[in-house]
Amino acid sequence: MGYETKTGAARRRPALPVAHHLRWPLGFTAAAATVFLAYYYLVPGLGPDGQQFFQTWLPLTSVNEALVWVICALGLNIVVGYAGLLDLGFVAFWALGGYTAGWLMSGFFHQVNIHVFGGGLPTLPGIHFNFWFVLLIGAAFCALWGVIIGAPTLRLKSDYLALVTLGFGEIIPQVFVNGEDIGGFNLSNGTKGITPVDPISFGPVELGPFDLVWKYLIFVGIAALVMFISLRLREGRLGRAWLAIREDELAAGMMGVPLMRTKLSAYAVGAVAGGLAGVAFATHVGGVLPDRFNFSISITLLAMVVLGGMGNVWGVTLGALVLAWINSTGLPQFGNTFNESFGTDINFPSYNYLLFGGILVLMMIFRREGILPEARTKLVLREPSRTEREALGADMEESAPELDEALEAEDAEREAVAAPGTEDTEDGLGEKAGSTV
Amino acid sequence: MAATATTVVAPTAIDRKALIQRYATYVILLGVVIWLGANLITSPSQFFSASAEGFNLGMLYALIALGYTLVYGIIELINFAHGDLFMLGALCSGFLLTTVMGQDQSNLMGWVLFLVTLVGTMVFCGGVNVSIEFLAYRRLRRAPKLAPLITAVGMSFILQFIGLKWNGSTPKQWPSVFPEGSFGIGDFRVSYSLLVVVAVTVPVLLLLRWVVTSTRQGKAMRAVAQDQDAARLMGVNVNRTISFTFLIGGALAGTAGVMYQQVVGTTAYNLGFQMGLIAFTSAVLGGIGNITGAVLGGVLIGLIQGINDGAPLGFGQKWSQTVVFTILILLMVFKPEGLLGRPTTEKV
Repeated sequence: MGYETKTGAARRRPALPVAHHLRWPLGFTAAAATVFLAYYYLVPGLGPDGQQFFQTWLPLTSVNEALVWVICALGLNIVVGYAGLLDLGFVAFWALGGYTAGWLMSGFFHQVNIHVFGGGLPTLPGIHFNFWFVLLIGAAFCALWGVIIGAPTLRLKSDYLALVTLGFGEIIPQVFVNGEDIGGFNLSNGTKGITPVDPISFGPVELGPFDLVWKYLIFVGIAALVMFISLRLREGRLGRAWLAIREDELAAGMMGVPLMRTKLSAYAVGAVAGGLAGVAFATHVGGVLPDRFNFSISITLLAMVVLGGMGNVWGVTLGALVLAWINSTGLPQFGNTFNESFGTDINFPSYNYLLFGGILVLMMIFRREGILPEARTKLVLREPSRTEREALGADMEESAPELDEALEAEDAEREAVAAPGTEDTEDGLGEKAGSTV
Repeated sequence: MAATATTVVAPTAIDRKALIQRYATYVILLGVVIWLGANLITSPSQFFSASAEGFNLGMLYALIALGYTLVYGIIELINFAHGDLFMLGALCSGFLLTTVMGQDQSNLMGWVLFLVTLVGTMVFCGGVNVSIEFLAYRRLRRAPKLAPLITAVGMSFILQFIGLKWNGSTPKQWPSVFPEGSFGIGDFRVSYSLLVVVAVTVPVLLLLRWVVTSTRQGKAMRAVAQDQDAARLMGVNVNRTISFTFLIGGALAGTAGVMYQQVVGTTAYNLGFQMGLIAFTSAVLGGIGNITGAVLGGVLIGLIQGINDGAPLGFGQKWSQTVVFTILILLMVFKPEGLLGRPTTEKV
């Protein structure tokens, strides 16, 4: 069905002389290149006012951070949006990816001295892998953990599943927070975290803390990779199996979709993106601190996925960019401007709880499919699943509220009549209800 | 051929699975018992004082867990906002008793005002819970499962925001109207505040039991929990019954909030999240939807946490969350129906 609508759309708009499968990569590259050129040529050429504006409202660090959020949110989108498995502990993968970078790209394990195309002098103690290797290792490590975390949840229904993932999302960061002495072994340096993490390096060239434009390019590349994986997988056999499970697990199982393997692969692929985000974030900040990895990260990611549109890569990307920007720059800067111009003293960043909670609630009530919905997801989210609908008696739904009102009026009438008498109406009704059981 | 083969193989496979599950459950329980026994032998006095602490905590977990279990029993929703409702209850208690009524010591007036605060907080939390249901969950009752669940998480954040604005971002200390000190039975010290907690909690639990089992409204609750449409056909007002359930759940969370604020004396805006999760674990441990199970699970989890935090062989407070969540995950894997619950099959 999806294929047909797409070709239909292409037929209606023949103006674009680009092959269909090249359309989004070209558009994405154009957008990414525009931003790159803007920051590389345009912003330094602007006057002090213009630079000031970009410095306050759209600094490159917050763009980079937003890209990390995009990578992670796309991972969560595979688990929640594609496979319909609500994961409330996605921060675990971010943390695991971050600590992979911490372990393999710093002087933390100072007992050894391993260098694999790594940054820093060869005499530095510790394990120093090249960023690109760490990216691969972090992704593989997180995929493994995705399977480990996914395995106990396989037989569980949606709400229990959310709870188990939440449990892992709490346990793993707590292990890192308390990890300075696990059986005498310093796993994570406790609350002090692992700093500094090596910069990204290409052979002899190292990216310093101010080479944000180049870091931006790398992060955009990773985001594009995750997008590519998401889009390609969705069209393939695995992606269709995920969607089938999301829509009706029982029916999918009956049609021969291997439930266990498909669900586990959703966790694994999602975790890969989480791990990539973790490694990227560690190099972005230049360290790993455990107190960052808390429940609100998982919820922010979920809000990004829900706001943008579950299951739609572009919606999730948009949601992640917008919310990450609001969180890191928009809200504090808006607060500063507001407080300056009105002479108030309101702590705007503290309103992010209200903002994210409100987004989740309002989106669920009024626009469940998100800002940029996907036709198929929209359908799924508008209607309850077949089994639930039948169990709830769909045909009775419409008449129910009126029935309630009518019954209430009847009750009131009966009580008004019976009021002067004894209390035997109460007992009588009770018996009647009892006899029907 | 293939069909007959599967019919032969299938029952034994299921049997083996059930057997493995049962033995795994026994092994886990045995491990917990051995751990408790080892603690008892190593240092009895520490063990008993830690269990008294844990029992105290367990009572609060039981009260909060009941709110989860009642709501889950009736509309199959994990009300993530419930823990934060408990937090608001604790804030409301401190606000009423200390800020509004200015009571900061233990005397006769203190007891009277404590009761007033208790009732006030129960009404407040019940009201908040009913309005959350009315504003958000009611519109999503026919929606797919994911929608109300995400809404509940969002509601939890909104309540945390209210708590943040009410309590401030740092933890707050409150005076207690409970008597200080403890009395001893041999080596075993029992604090007076534990007695007060028991004296308030047990009647509340008995009252709840009476409401659910012996009143007309309770019968309606059970009917709606079994089958909403059948209940509606029998003349039960489903919306009102669900609201009533949220009212009771909220009132219980309020009771727990008052107790927590008085016994622990510290409130923080993010208190509800962890307490709520642990309480939910208790509800699952006892068998979700089962009232006795929630109380049993709450007390058990409280004891385990108390002993883990205080006893010589425990892992210490910094690991208590990990211990509780590990129990939760093991339970989910091996016995998802809980200790007292009955296994359910999916309706098709």
